[in-house]
Amino acid sequence: MPATADRADAVEVARGVHWIGAFDPDLRSFDIILRTANGTSYNAYAVRGDAGVAVIDTVKAGFGARFFHRLEAVADYDEISTVVLNHLEPDHSGALPELLRRAPRAQLYVSHQARPMLKGLFDPEEFAGRITGVGTGDTVDLGGRRLEFFNTPYLHWPDTQCTWLEDEGLLFTGDFLGCHYCDTRLFNDAVGDFRFSFDYYYAHIMRPFRAHVRTALDLIEPLLLRTIAPAHGPVLREDPRDYVRRYRALSESGLHRTQVKTLAIFYISAYGATRRMAEAIAAGAESAAGDTESLTGGVRVSLYDIEGSEPHPFVDLIEEADALIFGSPTINGDAVKPVWDLLSSLTMVDVKGKLGAAFGSYGWSGEAVPMIEDRLRRLKLRVPVQGVKARLAPTPDEFLACHELGREIALHLLGRAEARVIDMASLA
Amino acid sequence: MPKAQVTFQDIGVTVTVPAGTRLIEVSEKVGAGITYGCREGECCTCLTKIVSGHEHLAAPSVLESQVLKDNLAPRHHRLACQAQILGGTIVVKPA
Repeated sequence: MPATADRADAVEVARGVHWIGAFDPDLRSFDIILRTANGTSYNAYAVRGDAGVAVIDTVKAGFGARFFHRLEAVADYDEISTVVLNHLEPDHSGALPELLRRAPRAQLYVSHQARPMLKGLFDPEEFAGRITGVGTGDTVDLGGRRLEFFNTPYLHWPDTQCTWLEDEGLLFTGDFLGCHYCDTRLFNDAVGDFRFSFDYYYAHIMRPFRAHVRTALDLIEPLLLRTIAPAHGPVLREDPRDYVRRYRALSESGLHRTQVKTLAIFYISAYGATRRMAEAIAAGAESAAGDTESLTGGVRVSLYDIEGSEPHPFVDLIEEADALIFGSPTINGDAVKPVWDLLSSLTMVDVKGKLGAAFGSYGWSGEAVPMIEDRLRRLKLRVPVQGVKARLAPTPDEFLACHELGREIALHLLGRAEARVIDMASLA
Repeated sequence: MPKAQVTFQDIGVTVTVPAGTRLIEVSEKVGAGITYGCREGECCTCLTKIVSGHEHLAAPSVLESQVLKDNLAPRHHRLACQAQILGGTIVVKPA
């Protein structure tokens, strides 16, 4: 069967479990941020028990007709006792209101975090009394088999969860362990090579939440997995643990783990002033670490000229660094474009809680430093030390301020920063 | 005007503030690690642990209480964009 042809039927993926989703082979851009060279699929599933049928997830609006057609091939609406939404994003919830209307017996199960978000999808009053919040360990009996829930938030929204069908070793994972790869042969042992799509999806969707990925893997790894049924891409029935291991590898630190804290200074300089400020900051940071030859228990300071690379390798460094200091000249009242290019690339990684600071030389007004500081705060970094601006060539006092900035940030990294008491009136 | 002292434990900074100040007004200025989303008490991004001195914050509004409940916030946690400082000494850190 050609990989791009639509497949009209529901597909059995395990005993009493059918895929009832929809293929979208023509999609080339997903959620603006992802390219989808192979399109995607919106996977939904029907699980039959002795006492009722559960529908796990739905499809994107516009694909409802195919979803309902496949659902009707395996179940009557009055048999549907349970609807589970592992993730509320519109590509999975597009057919939800209509499904609840057609299946009047069905109770909707979502994570506790999802409940307050439902009002963004429909008027909850329409389905009053039919919505139940669930967490890890909660179960739903389908008659002779049951679904169990695992709360796995931030993969990649606060509401995400996984649903476990123990008797088949089948885990419905929502976006987790999924990918945008449309192939009607459906199963990982039958479709084309989707390794790139799997890693690409992780990099753009899951990577910013890698700490949450690891927490979810801790829950999932002990399960006797026989099949992983994600909400996008192939159903993983051959060697499903390979994909769990791949996520574990991707979500672990890419560098050697040491007791060394890392401070990365990124700068760009037109005439060398901002560069010399960067060097003074680096020297200040190194002075805080003391005279020991080993970096263990200290701070590893690195300087990078932003002009020397595309943003991508720097993003990898930034993901691993504990503190980030950015230097930019001010040109036409703004930080320069390569700095913004780098700072706008950081939504791909988790920078929340890292230490941040800014510095730079300027000619007239020096807006770059506060603009960068503001961006760092919006990226959820801590910015405990005010940045340093220098008009044209820095004076000795301004170099001293740079040295102090580096030292202060390093002391924060080492947990040796002095507690400060200040008055709010003194804050800008 | 009555004053209060609020300590941001994650950066080791204590700020003297006038009574009536909201946590959001201070935390951003000192660069503390409390992060904000909607800033209107809806998204719960700025959930903050009140390490001590919770009694020195104005009681949560009905809206804030509902958001805290919806997001399963533990005891002595508040939304920094909503919590108003009344006086005394308060210690906070990101949740």
